[in-house]
Amino acid sequence: MIEVENLTKFYGPTAAIEDVSFTVDRGQIVGFLGPNGAGKTTTLRILAGYLPATRGTARVAGFDVFKDSLAVRRRLGYLPENVPLYPEMRVRTYLDFVAEVKGVPRPERARRVAAAMERCRVDDAANHLIGTLSRGYRQRVGIAQAILHDPEVILLDEPTVGLDPKQIIEIRQLIRELAGQRTVILSTHILPEVEMICQRVIIINQGKIVAVDTPENLKAKVRTSATVLLQVDGPAAEVREQLQRVAGVLRVEERPDRADGRIRYLVQCALHRDLRRDLAAAVVGRGWGLYELRPADVMLEEVFIRLVTEELPHEQPTGQEGEQ
Amino acid sequence: MNVLAIFKREVRTYFTSPIAYTLLTIFAIICGFMFTSILAQFQRAGFQSAMNPSMAQGLNATEWVVRPLLRNVAVILLFLMPIVTMRLLAEERRTGTLELLFTFPIRDVELLGGKFLAALAIFLVMLALPLINILMLASLAPLEWQAIGVAFAGLMLLGMTFLAIGLFCSSLTENQIVAAVLTFGAALLFWIIDWSADSTGGTLGQVLSHLSIIRHFDSFQRGVIESKDLIFYLNFTVFGLFLTMRAVESHRWRG
Repeated sequence: MIEVENLTKFYGPTAAIEDVSFTVDRGQIVGFLGPNGAGKTTTLRILAGYLPATRGTARVAGFDVFKDSLAVRRRLGYLPENVPLYPEMRVRTYLDFVAEVKGVPRPERARRVAAAMERCRVDDAANHLIGTLSRGYRQRVGIAQAILHDPEVILLDEPTVGLDPKQIIEIRQLIRELAGQRTVILSTHILPEVEMICQRVIIINQGKIVAVDTPENLKAKVRTSATVLLQVDGPAAEVREQLQRVAGVLRVEERPDRADGRIRYLVQCALHRDLRRDLAAAVVGRGWGLYELRPADVMLEEVFIRLVTEELPHEQPTGQEGEQ
Repeated sequence: MNVLAIFKREVRTYFTSPIAYTLLTIFAIICGFMFTSILAQFQRAGFQSAMNPSMAQGLNATEWVVRPLLRNVAVILLFLMPIVTMRLLAEERRTGTLELLFTFPIRDVELLGGKFLAALAIFLVMLALPLINILMLASLAPLEWQAIGVAFAGLMLLGMTFLAIGLFCSSLTENQIVAAVLTFGAALLFWIIDWSADSTGGTLGQVLSHLSIIRHFDSFQRGVIESKDLIFYLNFTVFGLFLTMRAVESHRWRG
């Protein structure tokens, strides 16, 4: 549904994201996880057709976000982080306006607006001015706006930021309900949120993708193993077998490199055992060329630590929920 | 129709905020004041001509009242039009709603077109106010309606150039005041740009004098449509809108 290849965006000389590549299948809820300033918003903005990328391609439902921008935007609903709405408009009028701009035919408009309001549970505020709504209501109006034209893909930038715990739970529930046939990408810097809602996580740090996996696998990886990356010049099957034989190796994964055709191997090792010496010996012993050898998931661990520590202050209010 | 959706929302915003009411009220008061002053002058001239019949020739209401009134309206527009356009893009940039608009399935040209037409609609409502004054005059004296129609067409074209400048300036900043000041500055500069034409002389002088947005109004004010003036105004407006498109695009590339 979403294919992103080597996406790069420079703001002046600084890269906000660099060579970001990932794919998302239809119907998945994917979490874009990373500390603040990691490049989440930039990536979502490019996908939504707001920002052009400096390099690389992104396709949504088979359409290039830059070349077929309108086709993409017809199939996509987007909610930016600060939930930009018109405070002077009433909820129903606003949604009616959005439906018209998004090309919902007139006979269907009233029904779609009503359905979206009911879905996002803002129907009781239909005639309120948006400017007078609480943060939680505004967030839900924002989501209603995104799903109005029944898009295949929904992009939500930090949908739970700035909400109180009760509202957070409601929004998470809503996002889960929206999924189904639709593909949802949401960005967040809250680790437990991803575990609760998402089937897959893309971890991004300093503009680069650090890991893509299910939340369970990622946690398991960080807790039970360490990964070493090797780049070896030799027959793939034999190299693989040789690496597998080193004591302490759990799993070997091949990663063909697009640029130079060489194969990289991701070797998962049992935790707290530095196998780099053994791995090097195994490769060199067979006379193959060892081009690279380095620990691969230091970044991942670092990100996890930062995410976990950032989460701590958020945890406390959740505990007081019963008192409210 | 996307353009229509944008247009309707913008017009509604003018009237849900105090902007349109303030503008229309101020404009009505000033137009009315000018109309009565000019009418009083005309009346005095009428009394004098009763005593001196040779003066009575060429004394008609269109010449003596409508033309000076519309000339003065053009000057007021120079001050008020920046207020009409300042909000259009600047405010949406500040609040971030522009980002969301750009991710809707709508072309930039439709978005800007809708906004321009909404401002034009407000401007046309403003123009109806001096028209009311003139209709009151029509009950007192015969008027040359064709010439008045042409003069109004000229005012509309002149106003469109203000709107184009204003929309462009509004796309450059997040601050409405800055947008208004830029618009006023640019419009004023284009108003008086022919002052330096005589001293410059030569081709450059001719170009400068041709660029003056008020000099092209003269023929309309006289009740004559000259194609070069018509084309100038339309060119100016289209070029302003084109620049706005580029400015908006460049804003997106920079992020």
